[in-house]
Amino acid sequence: MAGVILKDIRKAYGQVKVLHGIDLDIAQGEFVVFVGPSGCGKSTLLRMISGLESITGGEMFIDGKLVNDVPPSRRGIAMVFQSYALYPHYTVYDNMAFGMRIARESKEEIDRRVRAAAEILQLTPYLDRLPKALSGGQRQRVAIGRAICRNPKVFLFDEPLSNLDAALRVATRIEIAKLKEQMPDTTMIYVTHDQVEAMTLADRIVVLSAGRIEQVGPPLELYERPKNLFVARFIGSPAMNIIPATITSAGEETTVSLKGGKAVHVPVPTNPSENGKAASFGVRPEDLVVAKGDDYLFEGRISIVEALGEVTLLYVEGLAGHEPIIAKIPGILEVKKGDMMRFSADSRKLHLFDTEGKTYRI
Amino acid sequence: MISQIVSAVGVVIAGVFVCALYYWLSDKALQLAFPVPEDNVRAASVNLNRRAVVRPWLFLGPALILLVVYLVYPVIATFILSFYDRSGGNFVGLANYRWAIQDGQFRQSIFNNILWLAVVPAACTFFGLVIAVLTDRIWWGNIAKSLIFMPMAISFVGASVIWKFIYEYRGGNGAQIGLLNAIVEAFGGQPQVWISLPFWNNFFLMIILIWIQTGFAMVILSAALRGIPEETIEAAVIDGANGWQIFWKIMVPQIWGTIAVVWTTITILVLKVFDIVLTMTNGQWNTMVLANLMFDWMFRGGGDSGRSAVIALVIMAAVTPIMIWNIRQANKEMGGH
Repeated sequence: MAGVILKDIRKAYGQVKVLHGIDLDIAQGEFVVFVGPSGCGKSTLLRMISGLESITGGEMFIDGKLVNDVPPSRRGIAMVFQSYALYPHYTVYDNMAFGMRIARESKEEIDRRVRAAAEILQLTPYLDRLPKALSGGQRQRVAIGRAICRNPKVFLFDEPLSNLDAALRVATRIEIAKLKEQMPDTTMIYVTHDQVEAMTLADRIVVLSAGRIEQVGPPLELYERPKNLFVARFIGSPAMNIIPATITSAGEETTVSLKGGKAVHVPVPTNPSENGKAASFGVRPEDLVVAKGDDYLFEGRISIVEALGEVTLLYVEGLAGHEPIIAKIPGILEVKKGDMMRFSADSRKLHLFDTEGKTYRI
Repeated sequence: MISQIVSAVGVVIAGVFVCALYYWLSDKALQLAFPVPEDNVRAASVNLNRRAVVRPWLFLGPALILLVVYLVYPVIATFILSFYDRSGGNFVGLANYRWAIQDGQFRQSIFNNILWLAVVPAACTFFGLVIAVLTDRIWWGNIAKSLIFMPMAISFVGASVIWKFIYEYRGGNGAQIGLLNAIVEAFGGQPQVWISLPFWNNFFLMIILIWIQTGFAMVILSAALRGIPEETIEAAVIDGANGWQIFWKIMVPQIWGTIAVVWTTITILVLKVFDIVLTMTNGQWNTMVLANLMFDWMFRGGGDSGRSAVIALVIMAAVTPIMIWNIRQANKEMGGH
């Protein structure tokens, strides 16, 4: 029951509307990740859940209680900031104990909880140090430890790994995943712009754009069945290739004519009334394979080859006036710039979106 | 008027030119003294090293000489004078020091200086900090800050004259023109001769310095407060701290270094306080302070360079350790953590 429920949550700064009515149910123990481009409102939404930002409209429930006007410290939340936000003049121990001292917990209880948190995060040898004597990864662990000590029902993470270098980011990400396993009943809400973090950590991902929810779902559902063009392009790297197309034969299964004239069969139903309408055809770079023979999706000249060893990225100039199609082929390929190549894809991996960007797939 | 401006500008330009010329010529001389032969790498590197050693002293030279002439020499001369009599002609040993220890007015000055030290730096820093915090949150904060900072631009003598009118007392049946007495009368009280009220008059003088220096403390502390990361305050809010706890446990400790610098800077100023006392009371009615006493002995009643020198040395001895600590602290602040 210690979930978070958002009902038509809105935020505006004066005339500027930032969030346009967010509806979301987060169950107890769930790990939910908010992703979206900069300025989509994901951090604002998290700060509203924390209570650091006021709620302009709508209702928010934490653990079944309306919390719109409840101060942050009484919402049962703890927050981990991007910049760690440690108190620089306190030792690691005092940083973690601060909240409990404010709440006038007993000395023994404070000591027990700080030591337990330090044990989980391997911070015991550093308890007497000041934050400035710690590395970035250790500082972030102290910040997480401070949050654990609050014994929160809901854990909030605001881009906690953004200030760490690449290797440390992976290590800390795994630590957060482990932490979640140790606290199965604690709800965690995590904001990031890094889709790898989102895909690996989340039970459910919430994709936000321009103050609206685009799609909510488990990571692989978002990957396999994006509801709209925005999600299709946002999840997955490199982004999904989108090619303008026209529907030539609607029905149980659809045939479209891609820009450039190539006809493609897509196993997605469309209404007969859609015949002749414009659409967007999508295929992920990793779903493209090098075609043998005449059965191909499109052909083009290779403009850039990026050989990464495990995969080779091919930029294909096929359509005049259109950005290059990207193909991600496993392994090392003997391809030169300027080669003509043909690509095909499993028809089940093809996507079709209407003029408004909504998927035709049911 | 025009000719004065022209000559002033001319002097400034000539000064800069002479300085530049000095650096250029001294560097040329250095190059002649330690030549760098192209065919002898060893000699060249030795001479380049020598140049690097000599050059700073050469460039600093004029400034060092001026410092010695205007600072070090007077200190030594004062020290020597303190062992001589009023004319500076006859050696009297420690007589001047003995006099100081026994002199009632000297003790009074020490006591008053300690009083100033206890009140003024604390009051300036406290008010400066409170105003800095409060003005940070209101839209007219910057206007308020400008007004509070403005007395900094007034000379101590000018400020004293302004406050003389505030404390003004008119005898007889004439109307009271002093602001303070006007207020007292408005509430039905008896007008007072404020600056001659024993003991309390010290505080009336201190208020003037507090009025002037609070702006300084406020500006420095306000900048320091802005340097506190917003997230640490938000983290404290989530941890449940109230405004008072955030101020004392999160904000003040983070700017502790700056508070110390402000405090000691004002402390040094207070140890040297002179103009206000001279203008307001000239040390009468038990308001004497060391700097004013020194001035009195040196330039009034025929002058006594010996006793005056003793007082000057006492002031210097009090200021120096605070000054050293202050400079170290300021360097630490600027060097980052």
